[in-house]
Amino acid sequence: MDILPILSTLRRHKVTAALVILEIALTCAIVCNAVFLVGQRLDNISTPSGIVENELLQITANGIGDQPDAHARITADLAGLRQISGVDSVTMANQVPFGSSSWNSSIKLSLDQKRPTVQSVTVYYGEDIPKVFGVEIIAGRAFQTNDYTWFDDAAKSGNATFPKIAIISDALARKLFPDGNAVGKTIVTGTNEVRIVGVVKRLTRPSIMDYSTAGYSMLLPIRMTMSMGASFIIRTQPAERERVLAAAVTKLKAMDNRRVITEKRTFDDVRKAYFASDRAMTGLLIGVCVALMIVTALGIVGLGSFWVAQRRRQIGVRRALGARRKDILRYFQTENFLLATIGIVIGMVMAFGINLLLMAHYELPRLPAIYFPVGAVLLWLLGQVAVLGPALRAASVPPVVATRG
Amino acid sequence: MFGYYLDLAMRSLKRNRMLTALMILAVALGIGTSMTTLTVLHVLSGDPMPGHSQQLYAPQIDPQGADSKTPDDEPLDQMTWIDGMNLLRAKRADRQALMTGGAVPIQPDNAAIDPFYTKARYTTADFFPMFEVPMLYGHAWRGEDDDAKARVAVISAKLNEKLFKGEDSTGRTIRANGADLRVIGVIGDWSPNPHFYDLNMGDYAKSEDVYLPLATSRDLKMSRSGSISCWGNGSDAEEALETESCIWLQFWVQLDTPAKAGAYRDFLVHYSQEQKVLGRFERSPNVALLNLMGWLDYKKVVPSDVKLQTWLAFGFLVVCLVNTVGLMLAKFMRRAGEIGVRRALGASRRAVFAQLLTEAGIIGLVGGVGGLALALLGLWLVRKQPDGYATLAHLDLPMLAFTIVLAICTTLLAGVLPAWRACQVAPALQLKSQ
Repeated sequence: MDILPILSTLRRHKVTAALVILEIALTCAIVCNAVFLVGQRLDNISTPSGIVENELLQITANGIGDQPDAHARITADLAGLRQISGVDSVTMANQVPFGSSSWNSSIKLSLDQKRPTVQSVTVYYGEDIPKVFGVEIIAGRAFQTNDYTWFDDAAKSGNATFPKIAIISDALARKLFPDGNAVGKTIVTGTNEVRIVGVVKRLTRPSIMDYSTAGYSMLLPIRMTMSMGASFIIRTQPAERERVLAAAVTKLKAMDNRRVITEKRTFDDVRKAYFASDRAMTGLLIGVCVALMIVTALGIVGLGSFWVAQRRRQIGVRRALGARRKDILRYFQTENFLLATIGIVIGMVMAFGINLLLMAHYELPRLPAIYFPVGAVLLWLLGQVAVLGPALRAASVPPVVATRG
Repeated sequence: MFGYYLDLAMRSLKRNRMLTALMILAVALGIGTSMTTLTVLHVLSGDPMPGHSQQLYAPQIDPQGADSKTPDDEPLDQMTWIDGMNLLRAKRADRQALMTGGAVPIQPDNAAIDPFYTKARYTTADFFPMFEVPMLYGHAWRGEDDDAKARVAVISAKLNEKLFKGEDSTGRTIRANGADLRVIGVIGDWSPNPHFYDLNMGDYAKSEDVYLPLATSRDLKMSRSGSISCWGNGSDAEEALETESCIWLQFWVQLDTPAKAGAYRDFLVHYSQEQKVLGRFERSPNVALLNLMGWLDYKKVVPSDVKLQTWLAFGFLVVCLVNTVGLMLAKFMRRAGEIGVRRALGASRRAVFAQLLTEAGIIGLVGGVGGLALALLGLWLVRKQPDGYATLAHLDLPMLAFTIVLAICTTLLAGVLPAWRACQVAPALQLKSQ
């Protein structure tokens, strides 16, 4: 296909051609970045928690007024829940991955270190968390029964009752001890020295500020009482969840009718609630991308039709001089391809610029190179589909038009 | 003349319905999405205390240890009990209130209502006049009640409705966390957005249902919620909170003039120096005194997603307008013959330009109305979203007017280039070619 005549024609329609190019460029720039943002959100949404999500239930119950004998109460509550058929294991945990409250501490490698090595690490409290949450211990050991201290004892001033051992996540272990083998090392949480006795494969944090540190977590052998927003975590079979949840709520009410259940949900609900706004944003971004492409396509159809109508005479002359329908069709397709290509090149530069702005303001990573060829192909296709209608209409202009005044 | 232009425009628009519909659709889509996101941004970045926010300040000091975790340049955004009480008692501002949030279990007398948890604010007397809290019944407590740890409460109209069927409940009691509190006031319609005085409750949290003196809440061991951060040997054990190096309280002051604000800042510096001499503070004075809007900005309250959405929507609007420019150009150039005749019959370039812009304006108006409908639909969709701010997304009258103006202005702007190009038509050439 000879593109020189096309170029010389376009030179006579600079403004219109420039508008098509500009529209394609803007669409290309916005769509590339929007699709990239969608990818980021989808990555966030699929962040693994490290726990057996489809087997867990969470119930938060609060007592009213002073709660004497907190240790005995919670022990009785847990024993009561274990009696429910279908309950695999139960614990009281201070928090869960993607939950609504979060307990964090800084980590230093020695007591005299001035600035912490890691600013913020999530600290999980609760008996047998690895077993109940279904978290795999990949090095060292789990806590044993006599390792545990009660939360209210550990929290009292003075470090005498604070646990002396900890289990950390693999992500944290790699950060603190890049050379490997964290088990046996000593770290400082807040002002307390603890020795690492085990490493778990993955245990994600409740609220994630930065996805690169989402896996920084630690477990301490502390038994939670029913306070400070702690909740019952029940492990059961996936099919039994609804029944067990209802039965557990009834049981807890029966054991103390004055308590208020403030939250009861499956872990699926926990995850769904946590990522709800990411999902909404994804939907919105996809919606805008689709709308953008439709508007651009309609613009190409509109301008294409205008051009065809304007050039009916010329098309007729070309047909009369021996051009086949196919040649006319090709002409408009090639013209669109040229315009789209220029638009895509400008659009890519703009996409890169927008990405730089987003990186500066929203702490996003750099746009991966794969978006450029994919974006280009997408817009070429869009242009070709949009121009097909007007091009076919052009091809059907009969040669006789040339003879009419 | 304008009437004639309108008539011409209508005829022209009817002649090619498809193209007209395309243009209107593009304008409507662009305006609809931009206005949806702009309205959300407008609502979220609004002033929670209009007319009063310049006088409200959030004092910040830095009591941290010399080697604690935050870098030296930022003072803390909450107060320790000791500093909060010191600043409160100093009474150096026109008004001042120290506060924190929590949740209290309420046991209604009416056995038909199960005990439930509701959000509470533990604060000091100036909270109510300082934040201009309207009273439906009764009154707020006074400074003496703070000192006396009085067992009193102010409740929201919503809670009053639930517990006392909306009657004047002053003098009656509510049972909160096992203690009896005497209701002395019921708050009218009051819910500042954002929830500026304690952003830990959620940036756009609703205002609380129960208010009681801070000292009373400590006395009754009411459960506390919000953010707490400790350093040094600070332990967050509940009973030690009043002596430890932990920040967990919000402190707000009212300073009626800029001069007073300047003096208060000096006071904060002076206070920090004094505390350093006493050995409590380890760092040199590091203070800040932001007013309400400055505070919201500092705390980055408007969600970054919302800003991103606004940029995205405006990008979309630009594409829609480029599209409209192209289509209008096509439409106007097609009428070169007609324009040539008008010019030959004596119409000036200005007259032709005005006629074409009238046509663009009509597209803008119709597109604007369509955009408004789309924006209303968009906001309805936003309100279905899970975010805490979603329910606030409503179009107000200024935004409604702005939508129409924006639509007409942008379309006129889009019409300038095509209309100008069409004016350049040489009449003789057009007439000859016909």
